[in-house]
Amino acid sequence: MPKVTIDGQMIEVPDGTTILQAARMIGGPIVPPAMCYYSSLKTSGGYCRTCIVKVSKGSEKDPRPMPKPVASCRTTVMDGMEVQNITSPEVVEARKGVVEFLLLNHPLDCPICDQAGECHLQDLAYEHGLSKTRYEFERRTFEKIDIGEKIKLHMTRCILCYRCVKVADQVTNKRVHGVMNRGDVAEISTYIQHAVDNDFSGNMIDVCPVGALTDRTFRFQSRIWNVNPMDAHRDCKTCSGKVTLWMKGNDVARVSARKDKYGEVIDWICNDCRFEKKDAHDWQMDGPTNIERHSVISQNHYSLKEPAHKPLLNTLYTAPADRQLNSNN
Amino acid sequence: MGKKLLLQHDHVPGIHSYEVYRKHGGYASVEKAMKQLSAEAVVEEIKKSGLRGRGGAGFPTGMKWSFLAKPPGVPRYLVCNADESEPGTFKDRYLMERHPHLLIEGMITSSFALGANTSYIYIRGEYFYVSRILEKAIEEAYANGWLGKNILGTGYDLDLYVQVGAGAYICGEETALLESLEGKRGNPRIKPPFPAIAGLYGCPTVVNNVETIAAVVPIVTMGGDEYAKIGIGKSTGTKLISASGHINKPGVYEIELGVPVEEFIYSEEYCGGIKNGKQLKAVVAGGSSVPILPAHLILKTVNGEPRLMSYESLSDGGFATGTMLGSGGFIVMDEDTSIVKNLWNFTRFYHHESCGQCSPCREGTGWMEKILHRILHGHGKISDIDLLWDIQGKIEGKTICPLGDAAAWPVAAAIRHFRSEFEEYVKNPGSIQDVKHYYRLNNLTEA
Repeated sequence: MPKVTIDGQMIEVPDGTTILQAARMIGGPIVPPAMCYYSSLKTSGGYCRTCIVKVSKGSEKDPRPMPKPVASCRTTVMDGMEVQNITSPEVVEARKGVVEFLLLNHPLDCPICDQAGECHLQDLAYEHGLSKTRYEFERRTFEKIDIGEKIKLHMTRCILCYRCVKVADQVTNKRVHGVMNRGDVAEISTYIQHAVDNDFSGNMIDVCPVGALTDRTFRFQSRIWNVNPMDAHRDCKTCSGKVTLWMKGNDVARVSARKDKYGEVIDWICNDCRFEKKDAHDWQMDGPTNIERHSVISQNHYSLKEPAHKPLLNTLYTAPADRQLNSNN
Repeated sequence: MGKKLLLQHDHVPGIHSYEVYRKHGGYASVEKAMKQLSAEAVVEEIKKSGLRGRGGAGFPTGMKWSFLAKPPGVPRYLVCNADESEPGTFKDRYLMERHPHLLIEGMITSSFALGANTSYIYIRGEYFYVSRILEKAIEEAYANGWLGKNILGTGYDLDLYVQVGAGAYICGEETALLESLEGKRGNPRIKPPFPAIAGLYGCPTVVNNVETIAAVVPIVTMGGDEYAKIGIGKSTGTKLISASGHINKPGVYEIELGVPVEEFIYSEEYCGGIKNGKQLKAVVAGGSSVPILPAHLILKTVNGEPRLMSYESLSDGGFATGTMLGSGGFIVMDEDTSIVKNLWNFTRFYHHESCGQCSPCREGTGWMEKILHRILHGHGKISDIDLLWDIQGKIEGKTICPLGDAAAWPVAAAIRHFRSEFEEYVKNPGSIQDVKHYYRLNNLTEA
């Protein structure tokens, strides 16, 4: 089991662990941000470069530092490796540069973007970016296109993280979309606007870190901080049936997969659960989703950690059977 | 006259055909490798020769070959990188056009040394007619028993294929080349794993430049030790230089490494001096991505020693006062050349060729091009120069593949050595040389 030191904190990790995974095991502020890496998608990561770190000591055997900053999501730890993330001013500066590049052609119109509030790029820019853009040229824009009945693609907002391509490759059984063209005119698209029609295609929406892929059944119906996330489940033959319901009053505004604290989907869900089951009676409630305190989504709401809210939540959601929410199953 | 190894029969008419090539000692290295030496012994000769990769990075070839993983039961591949796309470099084309059998002979000898039974020549789409020449030569080699089953009765089989790319600079990066060869989008892979462990179709693979593979032929024929005597220091052997720009005799020259730069530019044997009797202003010594150097630094190092055409001498002084031998694309500029315009042209190229996979290169190359375009056309600001410097620093070393570095280095070097020229463009837009272009772009009628 190799031992790795990240920003002075040592941890022993299994063979084959990447620096980013090791940092997540340690947790806290030393975890590098990641825009394209997705732990459940194979070969993801390495593209956005936000997670770059400095390896100041290669390993016990070969203590030479690595000559360039490396993508922590794709670099495997070696025994005795020493990594600098937030303790290295170079890394902090380089990351600032990467954020600037990501935002360069990204529209700065968060107030009218449907992803605002749950956008990873927004968070990233807030934490690591400059307050002002230095780009004085026209930004690249694309027409919005519908890829399939349920998904809207707005390529203007895309940061080319390739996550949706990997979902289509690894979660659905047929990929009909991919990256076309190259350089700064590269775009995610379907071949001749071929519809994305697959049981699991909706997961592309969940993995999209920005507002490029959005749910057409929810788009512009509510700001994300005005809906309450609730964990719920149902018996589903195609997927785990474990979801997060985004409730507006007693109505289900949106269904999404459950996500961990790094914004990654825990269980893929099928399109039937996501798009068709928009009635609270379809679901059994498990309780409110734990949303991090700093997130705008938990503003004006609640937290599980606050005991004052517990009785209220219990009365509402501990007795779904009595209220026969599940009667039609 | 310097020693010629690759182009020694360049003057022979019909050297591209099998009969003439064979008559001039062709395929002797295959005979020697298979009959007198073993595969390991060939690798040993390459190591002794000190041959360094001719594609640009200058990595020792023998070492690269010895890194090749050899798990039992797994095929190994040799891939020849003929995707020569670096602006200012055209030596591989010349070699393949005129000496196709030299490359094929090198491929056979190298494949034998590496134990590869299938090898590929990946050639860029723009060289389609060259692929025809190679294919014809391969046909001749098959017909004469140099390729196919049981070569020279040794029981060694080799099949050689030419694959034409679709024309992308990025496919010259070895992992992007492998992706493209596999029929996928030519995006560079994230390393590790390196191709020597998992390359083409996940199998151990060696990717070498055309000139590197061609150089294997004289090394095996004359012996590694003998080859190492040519050249200077760790820069052994000969190198093809593609000389272009404002010189009297542009073209491909085979030089013995260690020739002084001054001699290369001014002697009648090579470039023949600056065209129209003008003064030398700057040189890009190794293809468009290496740092540009002003005349006083390219002729002499910062210590006052004459600069030589070798890996070490050209990189003397680091990037502050030195450059790189790179792929040998030697671009000479006279006193009338606009460095800003030249840089814009290079940057435009990298913007066009960025694959778009990782963000610094995808966004940064376009940004630099736009700023340079603005400066060039009289709308620049003094702060733009610092901005350019900052952007290149944020691209360099932060990308998946070296294209980001290749785009950043020329910008850094041009500002480092010719900052005043950028300032001139900003302060006196009237000094713009290409006034006509400026007016046309802005829909103005010329005053």
